[in-house]
Amino acid sequence: MNYVPKIDRRSFVIGTAAAGAGFSLGMSLPFGEAHAQQGTPELNAWVVVKPDDTVVVRIARSEMGQGALTGLCQLVAEELEADWSKVTWEYVDPRENVRRKRIYGNMNSTGSNAIRQSHDYVRRGGAAARQMLIQAAAAEWKVPASECTAANSIITHTPSGRKTSYGKVVNAAVKIEPPDPKSLTLKDPKVWKIAGKPIARLDTRAKVTGEQKYAADTQLPGMLNAAIKACPVRGGKVVSFDAAKVKGMKGVKNVLAVGGTAVAVVADTWWHAKTALDALPVTWDEGPGAKVSSATIEATLKEGLEAETPFIGNRAGDINAALAGAAKKVEATYAYPYQNHACMEPLNATARYTADKCEVWTSTQNAEAVLAAAVEASGLPFNNVEVTVVTAGGGFGRRARTDYVTQAVQIARQMPGTPIKLLWSREEDMTQGTYHPITMCKLTASLDANNNLTGLRMRISGQSILAGIAPERLDKGRDPATFQGLNAGGTEGQIGYDIPNILIDHAMRNPHLTPGFWRGVNNNQNAIYLECFIDEVAHAAGQDPLAFRRKMMAKHPRHLAVLNAAAEKADYGKPLPKGVFRGIAQQMGYGSYVAAVAEVSVSSDGLLTIHRIVGATDSGHVVNPASVERQIAGSFVYGLSAILYGGCTVKDGRVEQTNFDSYNSMRMAAMPKVESVLVPSGGFWGGVGEPTIFVAAPAVLNAIFAATGKRIRSFPLKDQGIRTA
Amino acid sequence: MISLTINGKAHNVDVEPDTPLLWAIRENVGLTGTKYGCGVAQCGSCTVHVDGVAMRSCVTPVSSVAGKKITTIEGLAENGVLTKVQQAWIANEVPQCGYCQSGMIMAVAALLKDKPKPTDADINDAITNICRCGTFQQVRAAIHAAANA
Repeated sequence: MNYVPKIDRRSFVIGTAAAGAGFSLGMSLPFGEAHAQQGTPELNAWVVVKPDDTVVVRIARSEMGQGALTGLCQLVAEELEADWSKVTWEYVDPRENVRRKRIYGNMNSTGSNAIRQSHDYVRRGGAAARQMLIQAAAAEWKVPASECTAANSIITHTPSGRKTSYGKVVNAAVKIEPPDPKSLTLKDPKVWKIAGKPIARLDTRAKVTGEQKYAADTQLPGMLNAAIKACPVRGGKVVSFDAAKVKGMKGVKNVLAVGGTAVAVVADTWWHAKTALDALPVTWDEGPGAKVSSATIEATLKEGLEAETPFIGNRAGDINAALAGAAKKVEATYAYPYQNHACMEPLNATARYTADKCEVWTSTQNAEAVLAAAVEASGLPFNNVEVTVVTAGGGFGRRARTDYVTQAVQIARQMPGTPIKLLWSREEDMTQGTYHPITMCKLTASLDANNNLTGLRMRISGQSILAGIAPERLDKGRDPATFQGLNAGGTEGQIGYDIPNILIDHAMRNPHLTPGFWRGVNNNQNAIYLECFIDEVAHAAGQDPLAFRRKMMAKHPRHLAVLNAAAEKADYGKPLPKGVFRGIAQQMGYGSYVAAVAEVSVSSDGLLTIHRIVGATDSGHVVNPASVERQIAGSFVYGLSAILYGGCTVKDGRVEQTNFDSYNSMRMAAMPKVESVLVPSGGFWGGVGEPTIFVAAPAVLNAIFAATGKRIRSFPLKDQGIRTA
Repeated sequence: MISLTINGKAHNVDVEPDTPLLWAIRENVGLTGTKYGCGVAQCGSCTVHVDGVAMRSCVTPVSSVAGKKITTIEGLAENGVLTKVQQAWIANEVPQCGYCQSGMIMAVAALLKDKPKPTDADINDAITNICRCGTFQQVRAAIHAAANA
């Protein structure tokens, strides 16, 4: 979705639209003017210390389960020298960010960026606050600040042994001129006491008692509930609906068109709204998308595998000469299907609209994009719109979009004064997704007489996310994100092999379904394409897949080190129990290097057991190893669910999978034992929410090949004769 | 009006007999710890106990549970003292987003009542809830921890 800037803060809305797509804005000041809010002992934008010693860390990124909230608090507390038991947190109001000249920087949480793109300025926030607190104590004692130290929220004057606490000096500290953030020296991670440790998350208790409030739990006085159905064919419109048929049903208050593309029923309870919506006759203009099916999409993508294209991602040497001079050639075509995010908390937003105010409560990965969407949908000036961010029951990229917020405001606008909670049914979530894009890839490799890989040709054909949802970020029509993990260089997604002749390009083919960022994004299919194909080439060369890879990685020491770390932990090369086979894969993305070794067995009738997966990660630094281990395990579950059971198919323009019975997700019985190997090598900051997902599927697929001798190149596996317990 | 006994308290709720128990709990009684995830008994986010048995409340008509003893996640702890399962969940830091965990914990609490020392196979059979964050490894560890507590 693109925001049409109609409001008084034009640059804000444009900036937010870009941020919503997941890229850093290239700012910013870590803190600016201090003590902005009267009565709050705010040392700077990131840190509040209360007179009772409570520390409040401001969280500008979203917590959706990934643990960023706790990690950011650890980083601030580390520099602040805070007593961890006194640390609490609060979300940043996105309007504050705009009012304070984007003091909080990018509030978006996508691309595994929450910590790796804000660690520096939040730590400087903590360090500056510490310095001001020490100065305040020193001034009170009339001693040089250089004679004072701080630890555990206690300031000590070393020569005299006098002590005071942060809370006792905070009111004086806020009056001190904040230091220049550039003048502050941050702590060497080697001496971290709070950051870098497997400290317990701050948000666990409420999640085991039912007390945690998610956006779907929002309750407001006088609130009504809305259920919605958009045209089942993306791009279609509402022609008419017979409201009279359902208006007499119990609890029904209103039947509305929403944005021309959807209908909603508003009722006293959501169950009444949904019951009436299911009974509502609607006539749709389905538009040209209704002619699209999985077969037509496949034909389009296949055509793209052979077509001319100007969109090149990686080119070196002379691939045509390499292929022409090959002693041996290997060729394969892979395909990766649409996937839905299927966050456990269905999409929802609550809105209250009056002529001079619009309030929104929702869970999101991008609070500023929600604000922009609410401003646009309400038609009200920026200053009259309020957004309250609520903890998210999963995000995975879906909550970077704001379509559900727009709808909630559009409904509320038709019923001024009444708070409306819009909750999507699971069926709506499954059929109105912003789907992981569909692509195919044809790969050709050339080997010389000594079985060295001399050339790699990759043609990707398929959907571009940026073309679908952020066309302003295309580069002369080319989508650079299509080549994630396949780039020649760079710190984001660099290919790990030195191949003398290479050509990777993209024939963009965009079906009517809206694409979106889905945990791991284009790395998911690119890692399958590259890492399964490299495995194929290794077998064609008669070499061990690990040894074959290592030969090509001398110029990529970090890729190689993490691959070796995974192999070592997995006892690669040592015998496995009878019937158990290994697969290996590596990839780099979102600044981190990852590798996995999977151990599987496959019965003669296709029962797959994934016994164990070792996942190794070099994310440069580790802020909370317990959180990272959980992100590794979770990435395996999410990535393997997609490859085992996922895949959205299209018939008559509609997504056919409507719930977890047709779009299954991994459960306990199929869960492998996951072993994490954290090998942070320092000097850079990589993400951890996504990277491991890249190697989940290719490691398992390569192990399945080792077990069966059968190379599977299209998914899900349930359609290829492979099932799980 | 249907009378429901939830967490030891009687509630008269004005709903149609075929209303799923989930929505009566969430919308009429106002206890929001029990979650909607799928509506078709697939994901288990809505799991509650009915007379001590784990039930997926999204497909359980209220008429079928009138007069029975219903327990939701809010009713597990007594006087603020968390159950062994909840304590094991905290000690093992199971939740990520946490949305599915109410149902997961209710399913596990029922399992441990039936089988105080479940094997991994017992766990695989009994715990079929979906968690998109992928907390299963911690769930398994926490079940064993609770069983041995």
